[in-house]
Amino acid sequence: MAAINRDDVAHLARLAHIEMSDQELDRMAGELAVIVDSIKSVSEVASADVPATSHPIPLNNVLREDVVGHVFTAEQALSGAPDAEDGRFRVPAILEEES
Amino acid sequence: MSELIKHSAAQLADKLAGGEVSAVEVTQAHLDRIAAVDTDVHAFLHVNTDEALAVAADVDSRRARGEQLHRLAGVPIAVKDLIVTIGQPTTAGSKILEGWHSPYDATVVKKLRAAGMPILGKTNLDEFAMGSSTEHSAFGPTRNPWDLDRIPGGSGGGSAAAVAAFEAPLALGTDTGGSIRQPGAVTGTVGVKPTYGGVSRYGAIALASSLDQIGPVSRTVLDSALLHEVIGGHDPFDSTSLTDPSTGLVEAALTGNVQGMRIGVVKELGGEGYQAGVEARFHESLELLRAAGAEIVEVSCPSFNYALGAYYLIMPSEASSNLAKFDGVRYGLRVLPEDGPMTIERVMGATRAAGFGDEAKRRIILGTYALSAGYYDAYYGSAQKVRTLIQRDFDAAFAQADVLISPTAPTTAFRLGEKLDDPLAMYLNDVATIPANLAGVPGLSLPSGLADEDGLPAGVQLLAPARQDARLYRVGAVLEAMLEESWGGPILAKAPALERVDTVEGK
Amino acid sequence: MMSMDATLSFDEAMEKFDPVLGFEVHVELNTKSKMFSSAPNVFGDEPNTNVNEVDLGLPGVLPVVNKTAVESSIKIGLALNCKIAETCRFARKNYFYPDTPKNFQTSQYDEPIAYDGYLDVELEDGTVFRVEIERAHMEEDAGKLTHMGGATGRIQGADFSLVDYNRAGVPLVEIVTKPIEGAGARAPELAKAYVAAIREIVKNLGVSDARMERGNVRCDANVSLRPYGQEKFGTRSETKNVNSLRAVEHAVRHEIQRHAAVLASGESIVQETRHWHEDTRTTTAGRPKSDADDYRYFPEPDLVPLVPSRDWVESLRSQLPEPPSERRKRLKEAWGYTDLEFRDVVNAGVMDEIEETIAAGASAAVARKWWMGEIARRAKLADVDPVDLGVSPATVVELDRLISSGKINDKLAREVLDGVLAGEGTPAEVVDKRGLAVVSDDGALQAAVDAALAAQPDVAEKIRGGKVQAVGAIVGGVMKVTKGQADAARVRELILQTLGVEG
Repeated sequence: MAAINRDDVAHLARLAHIEMSDQELDRMAGELAVIVDSIKSVSEVASADVPATSHPIPLNNVLREDVVGHVFTAEQALSGAPDAEDGRFRVPAILEEES
Repeated sequence: MSELIKHSAAQLADKLAGGEVSAVEVTQAHLDRIAAVDTDVHAFLHVNTDEALAVAADVDSRRARGEQLHRLAGVPIAVKDLIVTIGQPTTAGSKILEGWHSPYDATVVKKLRAAGMPILGKTNLDEFAMGSSTEHSAFGPTRNPWDLDRIPGGSGGGSAAAVAAFEAPLALGTDTGGSIRQPGAVTGTVGVKPTYGGVSRYGAIALASSLDQIGPVSRTVLDSALLHEVIGGHDPFDSTSLTDPSTGLVEAALTGNVQGMRIGVVKELGGEGYQAGVEARFHESLELLRAAGAEIVEVSCPSFNYALGAYYLIMPSEASSNLAKFDGVRYGLRVLPEDGPMTIERVMGATRAAGFGDEAKRRIILGTYALSAGYYDAYYGSAQKVRTLIQRDFDAAFAQADVLISPTAPTTAFRLGEKLDDPLAMYLNDVATIPANLAGVPGLSLPSGLADEDGLPAGVQLLAPARQDARLYRVGAVLEAMLEESWGGPILAKAPALERVDTVEGK
Repeated sequence: MMSMDATLSFDEAMEKFDPVLGFEVHVELNTKSKMFSSAPNVFGDEPNTNVNEVDLGLPGVLPVVNKTAVESSIKIGLALNCKIAETCRFARKNYFYPDTPKNFQTSQYDEPIAYDGYLDVELEDGTVFRVEIERAHMEEDAGKLTHMGGATGRIQGADFSLVDYNRAGVPLVEIVTKPIEGAGARAPELAKAYVAAIREIVKNLGVSDARMERGNVRCDANVSLRPYGQEKFGTRSETKNVNSLRAVEHAVRHEIQRHAAVLASGESIVQETRHWHEDTRTTTAGRPKSDADDYRYFPEPDLVPLVPSRDWVESLRSQLPEPPSERRKRLKEAWGYTDLEFRDVVNAGVMDEIEETIAAGASAAVARKWWMGEIARRAKLADVDPVDLGVSPATVVELDRLISSGKINDKLAREVLDGVLAGEGTPAEVVDKRGLAVVSDDGALQAAVDAALAAQPDVAEKIRGGKVQAVGAIVGGVMKVTKGQADAARVRELILQTLGVEG
C-alpha cells in the first residue's frame, strides 16, 4: 500500500469536486498519510473467509406500496435555490457531457 | 434564575400535569436561562422564542380544556442542528448551509410536535457531526459549562452543554461514533445511542448512514427513557428503521434492581490511554453494581482494537457520498470562482472549498480515497469485514453478560485548541464508543463522578445487545441512584454557577 | 464547426471487419410513483411540480423502494429468460452532475435483480438471432437539463442550463446484453430488431409505456470492430441519444463505417461516448472515458437487501401475459393474413395499432388496408414510422364507418385524413368543416343527372339503346359537377332510373 501523496490528493479533490490550493494539497497529503498509516492495519485482520457486513441490523424486503404521496409546489421546491428561472434551477454552463 | 430550570423533565411533567406551573412559565424560564448564559456557553445556534412560547401556550389551553395530553407535553427541548426543522434554520454547523430553511420536518421533530414539546432552538455541533469537541463548528465552539475554557465534547457538544447548563431539560443529539455519549461523559449528563434503526433517521442530515442514530440527551436516566419512547419507533420513510416498538424503556428505568444481572467489563476498553481519574470512577461504579447484587465478569473483544481503523474507513467513505449533495445547485451556499471559465463544475468546486471546513474536507478526501478504484478491497471492503468481527465479538460477549460496561471516553474535557492540530489524537476520544455504532448495538453514558486530578466529569458507558435498549435503562437507573446517593445529590449540583447573579446552589 | 468523420462504405467495412455489438437499454417503468419516493411518476407536467424532498436530494432524506417497480423488474427479467437473484442489494454510483440531485445514483452494481438470460430476436426475413442478456437491474432516472444561450440547444456553447427534477427518481430498468457476435452485415438490422423486441416485451408486460419519443425506452449502442478470425474484441465506442428505432439502425451502421475508416487507415479507435445526430446521420465525439469515471460503487446503506422469495417469483411468472411471439402467431391466425402480409405488418410496426383498430370496430381487412396502405404511404413521404404519423385507431374506424355509410367515398376520405392530420378535428368534424360529405340529397343529384344527360344526349341514347356501360361517362359528368362529392353508385342508379333502363 503506497503512501498517499500530493498528486493522489489532487486527484481525489477533483473527484470530490473541492477546489484546493497547492498549500492545502500539501497539508492534506501530510495529514492523510498519518491517518491512512494508522488505519491500514484493518486489512491485516480482514481475511478472505470473513464476510463483509454492510448493514448492522439484518432487515430484508422493506418495500413501499406504489401509491402517490406528498409533493412540493414548485415554489417550495425552489425555495432554497441559489438561482432559478422559469420554475427551474439555474446553473452556469456545464462543461462535460453527461455520463 | 428560576428553580424550574433545575428540575428534570419528569419533575416538570409532573408539575405541569398537576397544574402547579404552566408550560409558558416553564418555557420562559428556560428562554431566560438561555439569554443569561448562552453568550458564554454558546450551546445554541438559533433560539426559537416565538414558536416555543406559542406551542407552550397552546399546550396550556388544551390542558385547560381537559384534553388528554402526552406525558411530556409542555416540557421544552433543544434539537441538534443536524436535524431538520420547519420554521428554524438548519445549518449542520456548516457555512455551506448557513441560512437554509428546510421545507420539511424530520420524523422525530414531527413526534416532538405531536407530543406538544416546545422546541427551544437548535444546538451547536461539529460541522456535519464530524468531530469530538464541537471546535469544528463553522460558527464558533461551544464551551463546557464545567469550565468555559474546555470543550463540551462532540459532535453534539451543544446539546450536552445546553442540558448541563440548565438551558434545556432535554435535547436531541445524533451519534455516529459517540457524538451523544462522549459529550455526555465530559459534561456530566446522560446520553443514549439507541439500537441502529430504533429511531428514525429521516431528517437527520446523514454523516455515515450505516452508523448514525438520533438519541436522547438529558440529566437523568429516566428522562432519557421518557424521551426515547417519544422519538423511537418504526418509520415508513426510513427503510432501515426497526418495526419493534420503543416501549418498556421507562418501565425498565423504574425497575430499581440489578439483582443477578451479569455486567461484562470489556478488557480492550480501558487501561493504557485512559486517564487515571476516569478509570478510578469507573471502578467505583463496578463496586456499586456488585454491591447491588450484579455479577461482574470480564470479557474480551479483541477485534475492538481494530474498531477505530474500521470506523475511520467506513465513516468517511459514507460521508464522502452523503456530502456530495452540497454543491450549490439546489440549496445552500453557492460561490462563484473568482476567475476562469464559469462552469457548474468550477462553481461546485469553489462552493465546496468555501463551504466546508478543514475536518469535513479531510474526511471527504479520505472517504473518496477509501472507495476509489483499486483501494476498495483494502480499505472500505476490509473495514466492513472488521465490522463482522466486531459483531461476532459482541455476540460472544453477550453470551457471557447481559450488559457490557466501560468508561465512555478515555479522558475528561480537554482545553479548547489542545487537540486541533492533531486529528489522530482527536479521533482517539471515540475509541470506546465506536464499537457500538459499528455493530448497531445500543449504548448509554451516565456520569460516573468527577476525576480527582481535574475535578471534571467522567462517564461510564453501558452497552446492550441489539433491541435490548431496556437493559441500559434498567442498569443505568440503578447505578445513577447509587452514585447520586454517594454524592449527596446530582453531579451537576457540583458544577460552577454560570450566571453572575447566582449564589452557589445547594442540593 | 462540426467536422465530418471519415467513413468507409458499409460493404467495404464488412469485407474487412467483423462487428461486435452491445446494448444498454434503459426502460422507464410506468409505476404511479417514483422508484424511491412517493412523488408522482408523470410525464410532461410543469417543471419541479412532481418532486418532494427525496427527489431534490435535500439534506436528511432517505429512499424507500417501490414494490411495484421491483415486481416490474422481476417480470422483465423473467420475460428475458433471466435468473432472478436470490438476494440482491442496491449500490451507490457516485458522480457529480446537476441532473443528479444527490450527486450519486442509487442503482445496482454487482448484484442485479436479474441476470444470464436471452432473447430470440426475429429479423424481417424470419431469421432468428439469439441475443444473450447479461443482466437487468433497477436504478433511478435523473432530472432533465435544458441548455440555454447557445446556438444549437446542445451543451456546447450554452451559457447556462435549467434543471427540472420531475423526472429525477423515476424507476428505470437497465438491460445489458453480453457482447453480440456473428451478426456480420446484419448488425444494423439486428440492432433495430433487438430494441424493437425489448420495446414490444415491456409494452406487452404493461410495465412501461415504451414510447421512445418520450424517452420511455432509451438505447445506448456499443460498437467495435475486429479483423475476421480474431478473438479479442476491438476498442468500442458507445453512442447515446439514439431516440428511435430507425436511429438505432442508422447509428450502428454509421459507427461501423466510421470505425472501419479509422482502423483501415491504421489509426486506433478512441474509447469514448459519442452523440448521435439523426439530422446529419452522424456521431460526434463526447467525452473520452477517463479516470474521472471512477464511480466508487458501494452497497447502498440506506436500503436493505431484496430477497425475492421463489414463491413470489413464481407467482409473478404465472402473471406474465402471453409472450409477443405467441401473441403474433395467434393474431395472424385470427386476422387471416398470409405470412407475408403479417410480416409486413410487424415490420411496419403497426401490429398493435391494427389490433386496436379491430377492437374499435373495424374488420381485419379494413385495418390492414388503411395502416399498410394510405397511412404507410404518407409515413414514407414524411420520413417517419407509420405509428408516428399521428393517426389513431379510432380515426381509422371512423373513416371506415363514414365510407361504408356512404357519407364519404375513398377519395374524399383522403382529404378528410389531410384535415385530421392538420389538426382540424375528428373525421366527422373535418367532413363538416370542409364540406366533404358526399351529396346524398336526391333532389340535388337528380338535377345534376338531368344536366349531365342534357349535356351528352348521344350517350344518353346509347344507354337507352342498351349500352349500359356508357353510363360511366354520365357518372363522370355528374362527379365533375359535384366535385367528386357524389356517391357514384347512387348516381348510376339515378341515371338508369331517369332513362328507364334496367342496370
